[in-house]
Amino acid sequence: MSKVIRLKVKRRDNPNQAPFWEEFEIPYRPRMNVISVLMEIQRNPKNAKGETVRPVHWESSCLEEVCGSCTMVINGKARQACSALIDHLEQPVTVEPMSKFPIIRDLQVDRSAMFNTLKKVKAWIPLDGSHNLGPGPKMSPELANERYEFSKCMTCGCCCEACPQFKLDGPFMGAFSFGQVHYFNEHPTGKMQEDQRLDAVMDIGGLVDCGNAQNCVAACPKGIPLANAIAELGWDTTKRAFKKLFDE
Amino acid sequence: MAQPKVIVVGGGLAGLMATIKIAETGTPVELFSVVPVRRSHSVCAQGGINASVNTKGEGDSPAQHFYETVLGGDFLANQELPKRMCEAAPSIIYMFDRMGVPFSRTPEGNIDFRRFGGTLFHRTAFAGSTTGQQLLYALDEQVRRYEAEGLVKKYEGWEFLSGVMDDDKTCRGITAINLVTMETRVFPADAVIIATGGCGSVFGRSTNSMICTGSAASSLYQQGAVYANGEFIQIHPTSIPADDKFRLMSEACRGEGGRVWVPRDGKPWYFLEEMYPKYGNLVPRDVASRAIHKVVHDMGLGVDGEPVVYLDLSQLDSKKVTQKLGGIVEIYEKFVGDDPRKVPMRIFPGMHYSMGGMWIDDNHMTNIPGLFAAGEVDYQYHGANRLGANSLLSCVFGGMVSGPEAVKYAKGLSRHTTDMPQEIYDRELKRQKEYNSRVLKMDGKENAHVLHKELGDIMTKNVTIERHNDRLKETDTKILELMERWNNIGVEDESSWANGELVFVREFYNMLQLARVIVVGALARDESRGAHYKPAFPDRNDKDWLKTTKATYTANGPKLDYEPVNIKYHEPKLRNYA
Repeated sequence: MSKVIRLKVKRRDNPNQAPFWEEFEIPYRPRMNVISVLMEIQRNPKNAKGETVRPVHWESSCLEEVCGSCTMVINGKARQACSALIDHLEQPVTVEPMSKFPIIRDLQVDRSAMFNTLKKVKAWIPLDGSHNLGPGPKMSPELANERYEFSKCMTCGCCCEACPQFKLDGPFMGAFSFGQVHYFNEHPTGKMQEDQRLDAVMDIGGLVDCGNAQNCVAACPKGIPLANAIAELGWDTTKRAFKKLFDE
Repeated sequence: MAQPKVIVVGGGLAGLMATIKIAETGTPVELFSVVPVRRSHSVCAQGGINASVNTKGEGDSPAQHFYETVLGGDFLANQELPKRMCEAAPSIIYMFDRMGVPFSRTPEGNIDFRRFGGTLFHRTAFAGSTTGQQLLYALDEQVRRYEAEGLVKKYEGWEFLSGVMDDDKTCRGITAINLVTMETRVFPADAVIIATGGCGSVFGRSTNSMICTGSAASSLYQQGAVYANGEFIQIHPTSIPADDKFRLMSEACRGEGGRVWVPRDGKPWYFLEEMYPKYGNLVPRDVASRAIHKVVHDMGLGVDGEPVVYLDLSQLDSKKVTQKLGGIVEIYEKFVGDDPRKVPMRIFPGMHYSMGGMWIDDNHMTNIPGLFAAGEVDYQYHGANRLGANSLLSCVFGGMVSGPEAVKYAKGLSRHTTDMPQEIYDRELKRQKEYNSRVLKMDGKENAHVLHKELGDIMTKNVTIERHNDRLKETDTKILELMERWNNIGVEDESSWANGELVFVREFYNMLQLARVIVVGALARDESRGAHYKPAFPDRNDKDWLKTTKATYTANGPKLDYEPVNIKYHEPKLRNYA
């Protein structure tokens, strides 16, 4: 008998439907990833019982683990389906949507809360305009390299899924946003708006809600040093709180 | 006068840059994207962005950059926009610098530059090996700021379906479908900018993202927009072939000293260095891909007899490799399992970029008034072959031009979208809704994804590095067959919620139409120029073919016309990198 890949997918057609597990058996080929297995199901949408079913719905784009789209929970861990290689996974491979974001369908969830949080923490440098005003500030290679680590955050949601404080529809902002605040506050121009960003993470759902479980650091597929950002922000927000106290 | 209304479709570098430029004039923008814009395909660009800042004191200049861009494109590019692009490039780098992009730095704290293909200068600014990601995020952040201020309204998770054309064939808005609720709606506008990127899906597997279907461009082509130079498709020499896609291994690998070789007589043969002693591993992509093709297929020297050659970083300082190429080294480790710092990478050429695209004038307007295009979806800038690290640049520059031009056009209109009869919107919306209903009812025997694979396989086999007229004809026949079989697709999903199948069946039809443009254009062009190589016509033929292909949709297939290339700054010369 030729080798098969056993895949169990937690499915539902829409948010109002109760989830159910559906099992698939896909002919094995070397070096497949979870995405290529899902693609195989599209080409032959039959479950393990041989019944024709609706093809599994999921979100994906770059397939190079840099856009963040195809994040799902695979064998219990939130990660990108594109870099989840079948040869490295125990079977049956279980695939389910992330639980901390509103479900859309099958494996797709709605992560717009993350983008709204980026708005809230003002994750940008307010430019005077995009016209030519010459180069930005000079920067040491060390600082550039440190900031680069934080710039790789692809808002995939792994840190949120792994975090005990982050809850569906809860106020907690999530570790990624602290990483982004740190990223902008470290920049010489970004530092000018440091107080605004600190105020945002001192608000409801901000840094004080972090239980310091540090699951985020282990969960981040890009190895972003989120714990460092949280530690530094802890110190910065304390200073900010004192300053506000004395200013008032 | 009321505020003009501008729509931007696509949230990669071109679309976001256009959005920023429009918002800066105080004009509101509606921005449409199939994915949250932060996940657009620009995120995949690795190696860097070109600008002749001359940080290394090598005597580089925008004029030199311009010349090498035109030469790299084998003189097929109209020369006006590339010239302006290269002149603007240093200020574009500075803009990103001010936005906070973590460019790699020199010890003095200046932006560092590395080498890329087709030049002998250090001209490529980079942020590690995820430059596209950092540039995309920088623009995404600026747009988010305008969104927070209320000037930009995003429609993320909406897919463009068609343009709304009035009775004078002027573009007056778009229709789009919400990919979750499946609501199809019409959005009136005075000007529309299409920035929807490339068409990798036409080739099945490519280095492109899954969202790069070319569907929007094809849909507009079927509505009368001219598609230019479709036959010019860049095959990137170094990618990792896999079941789901070709993963890019950036040209930056070679820019940082990576060498390409195959074993011959028990020893490494660095064939690019031997064939092209001056540029070596950094010959332009079309040249490198052809050389690999020759070594593997004509000489039978692929590694272990497979279509594979080595890209070798193992002789380089591993700390430097981690620092400058970390992101891509990680991709190789994660997806292949080997450490490129220790063993040579196994790579092969893969479809990467479309030089062709929607025809635009020097103001980025298509042949349809009110309809603009920018980014990979337009055909300007790169001619017959694009130089590495010029794509991010052309996207940003195209956004910088098209945004203000769209506003200017919209403000100059004598009749605005608000003056248009409702009928033009109603009829387009009706057409789209009927199309959706028709697809949902399709209950034939064919599987759309299987047909898509057939399209991709034959396009990859016959319409990439080497092109032969008999095989091109065979490909066109196959596409026509697939169009027939498209009618017999069965849609396994009739639901009206997040129905990806419905959307895919429509996209796939558009891919087939675009595939014909590419194939028919290639069949007609009996010469070799840049990425378009016909062994039966091995030389560039300026007398007959120094001209732009313009494809117009007809019910009987693409109708080809040609127009002369603007060569006012540089006369064509022989292209030689040896």
